[in-house]
Amino acid sequence: MEYPKLSKNKGLFSAENLECIRNDRVLFSRLDFSLDPGEILHVEGENGSGKTSLLRILCGLSPPASGEIYWQGESVRKNRGRFLEKLAYIGHQAGIKGDLTPLENLALVLKLHPADSEPDLSEVLTHVGLQGHEDVPARTLSAGQRQRIALARLLLQKAVLWILDEPFTSLDVQGRAWLQDLLDRHLKKGGMIILTAHHLLESSLPVRKLCLNDY
Amino acid sequence: MASRPLSAFWAILRRDLLLAFRHRGELANPLLFFLMIVSLYPLGISPEPDLLRAIAPGAVWIAALLSALFSMENLFRGDFQDGTLEQIALSPQPLPLLLAAKILAHWLVSGLPMILMAPVLALLLSMPAAATWALVYTLALGTPLLSLIGAVGTALTVGLKRGGVLLTLLVMPLYIPILIFATNAVSAAAAGLPISGQLYFLAALLVLALTLSPLAIAAAVRISLG
Repeated sequence: MEYPKLSKNKGLFSAENLECIRNDRVLFSRLDFSLDPGEILHVEGENGSGKTSLLRILCGLSPPASGEIYWQGESVRKNRGRFLEKLAYIGHQAGIKGDLTPLENLALVLKLHPADSEPDLSEVLTHVGLQGHEDVPARTLSAGQRQRIALARLLLQKAVLWILDEPFTSLDVQGRAWLQDLLDRHLKKGGMIILTAHHLLESSLPVRKLCLNDY
Repeated sequence: MASRPLSAFWAILRRDLLLAFRHRGELANPLLFFLMIVSLYPLGISPEPDLLRAIAPGAVWIAALLSALFSMENLFRGDFQDGTLEQIALSPQPLPLLLAAKILAHWLVSGLPMILMAPVLALLLSMPAAATWALVYTLALGTPLLSLIGAVGTALTVGLKRGGVLLTLLVMPLYIPILIFATNAVSAAAAGLPISGQLYFLAALLVLALTLSPLAIAAAVRISLG
């Protein structure tokens, strides 16, 4: 019987020797990192350096040109279902249906990512600051409000690993502070976060950085 | 635990039907197209009942095929553009099952109305009663097939800028056997011949498509997202 190979310095979530090629151009190669519970990784790099591509590769949305991603020491490609149960991803597109109300949007999230306890959706909407907008189509809301609906997914999915592509986009000052607080609390509970952001994170916890220009 | 994939299936089905209901105008488009093509035959060719009876099976089925193709294009586009398709692909639930829910919803709003409209069109083309029933049976077996096969092509081309032409080229050759068996069955029924052979063949194709195409559609969606 073969046991999954767990090298001694491998974290809960890790990537080995990742390479990404877009339009015949190598965006990054030989990229390694590992992440343990309670850690946050801030992916930095110039425009077009492959930040979004890296995040999509880490989620398993796009395949890397080479390299392997591990969750709990096991290859994600082989244990996709178990990895996805622990993952929450918010991409460039918020994944919000404009013709559905915020409540309807979140109700679907709950079915796609079933949790053990059914949270109260209107309570979650109040938490993200959307009380009073439960019953209007999401397309009539502002970009910042739609981003808040997307962020509400983080509260519903009970994921361990959050992969967030520019989560601070279009949020106002209070929204940024609220999200920063949410991230900090997730880390303190032993969660893991990988994100891209254009500004410096004002986290009270240490932030690890990964600069794609170096790879 | 076992009911969770199913409850996700129903949730997607419900969501797509709700979205379709909120876009009733877009929904009517392919159906109107179907109705128009068929009703233009008597005007364009001849109102002669004998001639109409001869071309009726082909006329209705070609219209069904084209309007199915026409309605396919937007099956995944909206979800692809707003990022919902990514979220569906990242659900721990089995992707083929979730996409099957989308296709069922699509068939319920595009294929099913065509079957319901068929007897009226048969009357318009002065088809005999036996042929009308054959038309309804072949559409009942054939339209889900059109949706399932078309969805594979749609999933493959959704990420492309001008996927429409490619979709037609990809899917049309696969639609042709359905067209041949279906029109043959309706013509045979009009001539008073048994049609169980053709119906069994269509049913066999449908079972094959039901089992295999969700897997192909899921793989195609993963390629388009990557």
